[in-house]
Amino acid sequence: MNHPDPRDALVDHLPAMRAFATSLTRNSATADDMVQDTLVKAWTNIDKFEAGTNMRAWLFTILRNTYYSNRRKAKREVADVDGVHTESLSQKPDHDGRLHMSDFREAFAKLPDEQREALILVGASGFAYEEAADMCGVAVGTIKSRVNRGRKRLAELMHLDDEETMELTDSATMAVVNARTNGAMR
Amino acid sequence: MAQNKQRPKGQDTIDENLKRVYQDTLEEEVPDRFRALLDQLKAQDAAQSRQSNGDET
Repeated sequence: MNHPDPRDALVDHLPAMRAFATSLTRNSATADDMVQDTLVKAWTNIDKFEAGTNMRAWLFTILRNTYYSNRRKAKREVADVDGVHTESLSQKPDHDGRLHMSDFREAFAKLPDEQREALILVGASGFAYEEAADMCGVAVGTIKSRVNRGRKRLAELMHLDDEETMELTDSATMAVVNARTNGAMR
Repeated sequence: MAQNKQRPKGQDTIDENLKRVYQDTLEEEVPDRFRALLDQLKAQDAAQSRQSNGDET
């Protein structure tokens, strides 16, 4: 077997890169620009990719680093977010518990970047906590806490904690409040 | 899968929706600009290696 050029595999990861970038930026145009930057970086730094390791994880790491370094640069710019204006979400889940997707997207877009990122990596794209921690350069416990805080905040925004839908105890409510306070201090 | 007592009931709903949000973008057609960019990068590399090799005979 000869050695295939790992760069030939980049194209296979484009849909996932776009999906991850979109959830990070909440704006599809910005996401595509970020994917483009990531592709160029990956192409020119392909010698840093270790053959046999998870290429998607490697690409996602470049992508998120690009995002956070852009964010630092643009700290004072107003975020250009696709339709995230609603202050509170009025709609409750249907009786079958399904959420309205647009409401869910709005709620998701309100989460801090780090929580959105952790939720997408672990909750949607199937990375293990350890892999996500590696990619984000933080401890596994940090990823777990971001995922938990993100889920709680979403449940709150989506009114999933209302009535009998979810039996949130007072201590769980306090945890949400504390998580928000901690989040604001980041 | 065993039901965790501490696991809020809304969690499954949330994860299901997260997957849908992710899946929706995943299924979108990838814009042509990306394939064009990859072709361009490939062509650049080919031109460079021809240059550094000096001859093409």
